[in-house]
Order: sequence, then C-alpha cells, then structure tokens
Amino acid sequence: MPKISFEKALGQLEKIVEDLESGELSLEKALKKFEEGMKMSQFCTQKLDESEKKISLLMEQADGTITKRPFDESVIKSDKGS
Amino acid sequence: MFRGQLRQLKFELEDGMAIVGLGRISVYEPRGNYQMILEYAEPRGVGALQIAFEQLKDKLAKEGLFEPGHKLPLPVLPQKIGVITSPSGAVIQDILHVLNRRFNNMAVDIFPVRVQGDRAIEEISHAVMLTNGCSDIDVLIIARGGGSLEDLAAFNSEPVARAIFASRIAIISAVGHETDFSIADFVSDVRAPTPSAAAEMVVPVKHELKTHCVELHHRSRRAMIRIIENQHNHLNQLQRAMVHPSQKIQDLQLRTDDLFQRLLRTMASYMDRQQVRLTHAHKVLLTNNPMVYFSKRIARVDLLRYRLQQSLNKIISEKKEGLKTLSAVLKAINPAVLLERGYSITRTLPRRRVLTDAYTIEKGQLLEIQLAKGSLDVMVTHKKKQAESQDKD
Repeated sequence: MPKISFEKALGQLEKIVEDLESGELSLEKALKKFEEGMKMSQFCTQKLDESEKKISLLMEQADGTITKRPFDESVIKSDKGS
Repeated sequence: MFRGQLRQLKFELEDGMAIVGLGRISVYEPRGNYQMILEYAEPRGVGALQIAFEQLKDKLAKEGLFEPGHKLPLPVLPQKIGVITSPSGAVIQDILHVLNRRFNNMAVDIFPVRVQGDRAIEEISHAVMLTNGCSDIDVLIIARGGGSLEDLAAFNSEPVARAIFASRIAIISAVGHETDFSIADFVSDVRAPTPSAAAEMVVPVKHELKTHCVELHHRSRRAMIRIIENQHNHLNQLQRAMVHPSQKIQDLQLRTDDLFQRLLRTMASYMDRQQVRLTHAHKVLLTNNPMVYFSKRIARVDLLRYRLQQSLNKIISEKKEGLKTLSAVLKAINPAVLLERGYSITRTLPRRRVLTDAYTIEKGQLLEIQLAKGSLDVMVTHKKKQAESQDKD
C-alpha cells in the first residue's frame, strides 16, 4: 500500500462515510467504498498507535556524527489522568 | 524612582540590571544620604537593540520572508516532532508534558541549543539545518522562555530568521512571553504564544482522534448495512411484484369471480328493492283506484237512493194510512150517513141557510128538509126552545 499520510487517509475515510450515508450509491460502488473505508479506518487507528514513544536528546559530535541519547524523563511527571 | 514613574516603566527593575537613566542627585537630610532620583530609565543597550530589531524586521518583510504564502501547513499527525530548545529548564518540560498528555506515544527528538548569548545564533541556525536533514521529523518547535530583548536577541537575528525561512519542515516558534513578538515568530510557519501552546498546536489529542476514527468506522458499517438492507427490501419488493403469469391469470380469475358474485348480489338486491317499490306502488295505486273511488261513490249513491226510496215509501204509506184514517173519519161524519140514520138537514127557503137554531126563524117560514132519500118543502107552524125537535107541519 502506497505511503499515505494519516491526514489523507482520515480525509478519505470521512469522504467515504459521507458517500455511504448519502445512500445514493449503487450496491457495487457502495461495497467498494466500504472496503476502502475499512482499510482507511484500520490504517488510521494503526497509525495512531504506531509511533513508539521515544524522547531522545540529539548531540552532534565533533566529527559531525549525531548521537542519540534517551532524554531523562525523570523530571517529567506523566499525567495519566488527562 | 517614585511610584508614579515606576508604574510607567516598560520593564522591571532588577538587581544587577544595567540601565540608562535621567535624574538628579539629591540629599536626604534626616539620614544624610545621597540619593539618585530617576525620572526616566531604560535598560542599557535596549535602544540600539530595538532599532536593530525594527530595521531587520523591515528588511526581511520587504524580502517577503513573512509572507503568508510561504508558510507551510502543519501536519495533522506528525511522525516525529523535533524540538530546538534548551535541554534544561521549564520550557522543555512544559512541552513534553503537554505532548505526553495529548498523545502519549509521540516520538520526540530534542536538539539542545543555547537560547541566549553569543553562540546561540549559530547553534539555533545549525539545529534547524540539522533537523531538515532528518527524514522522519515532520514538524519543529523552536522554543525559549521569557526574557529581555537582549536575552531574545538570537531569535531576532538574521541567520536564524533565514534558517527558519529555508526550512522545508514546518516550524512553530514559541519565543518569550505571550506578549513578545520576535522575528523568529514572524518568519515561522506558526507562532505560538507559549511553549505549552506550541505543544498543543503540534499534536492532536490522541483519544479524540481515535474516538473519531472508531466513530467513522461504525458509521461506515451502519451505512453499509442500511444500503444492503435497502437493496434487499427493494429486491423483495420486486420479487413480490413479479408474479408468474399463470398466477396472474388465477388472480384475475378470482377477481373476476368475485366481481361477478358481487354484481349478482348487487343486482339481486337492487331487483328486490325495485320489487318492493313496485309492490308498494301497486298497492297504493290499487287502494287509490279511481274506480274504487267511483264504485264507492256509486255504492254510496245507491245506498242513499235506496234510503231515499225507503223513506219516500215510508212517507207515502204513512200518508196513505193517514188518509185511510181520515177517510174513515170522514166517512163516519158523512152527513149522508147521518141522514141514513134518520137525521135531516134543514135549510131555509129560498136562501137555503142551514138551520141549527130554531129561534132564527119565524112561524110560517118555508123550509127545506133534506132526508136520506128525497127532501120535503115545509112551513113552520110552531117553534120550541132547546133541543126539542121541531114541529113540522
């Protein structure tokens, strides 16, 4: 599947839902759109959970290389309640 | 400074701050102090900085760096967020805090820089260039906390401005206090009033998005089900409407039969009704037959005639009876009968006046005596009183 942005996928999903709800599609078209919509929906929810939380501190070395180091999160209180 | 003038100051007086002021020296006699009373003060160097700021702003504006057309849109859901800021302090903490709250699995790369001082300009510009080389970062936040115009100088510098402008990644700048507007703010694609605000702008609230996606999912399913149902119903309808020809014929036959029956019934009841009407009319007609009327009349007349006749007959017979009686009576008093019994009628002569009273005649009168048979002419010789019979000659 071509790399599509979350935004685009969401937009397409919205449009598909509108089309399906309008009730003016033929059965074949509706089925096709529905399938596509399911794909988009899956993709979107996946994307939301996809990114792995990593907070890194980037440092450039003298030779120009970049190193990553996990940022010390102990100073950050994660607010699970919100 | 006196309170009134202190209020008018555009900045806070801090210990150790370098200022330029206008005032006078006075002596406070009770304590024997020298005082410096300032009527006007400004941070040292701020004049120059302010001018430089305005000049650079105009220059870059003329070049079109601030044009809305150049501004990049922020990604709705960033893959990774880059943050260029000081690695220590409240700013990074605020940003990470808000990010975590809104989207707890968001990846962040922090590029530590000095945010003030001599090396700041170079470090910030370099960081922007560096992040542009990262393929997975799709949005940048450049942030620093509040400070004086001097503190913010790096963010009002040309190199930083140009670096921001050249960035192909969208940049949100959150520099200084809410009321501070730096050149970085103008060049950036979005200006955030605070670092927390920047974090809010850069990422959506995950659970809201998720809920939205789930809702869209459900709506799709529901809509699809509805479509299928409709098609199904439509099909059923069509199927029902599609009747086998023989069935159709049967149906029509039933209908015809039914209609025929109803026709018969209707006709029958109609006929009945008409019959009733006819019978009734007939009856009425008969009872009001003029002939009947006439015959009645005739009968009446006959009766009356009969009665008339009867009455007449009765009257006649009564009268006859009456007559008979009278005849008998008459007969009885017929003077002829009297004469037969020996009585006579005496009359005067010549006058032939009937006599009943003897006194009315004189002696020698001539009289006629009528007898049952014949009569006698006589002369009176003698008269007597009362019912004595007359003397005859």
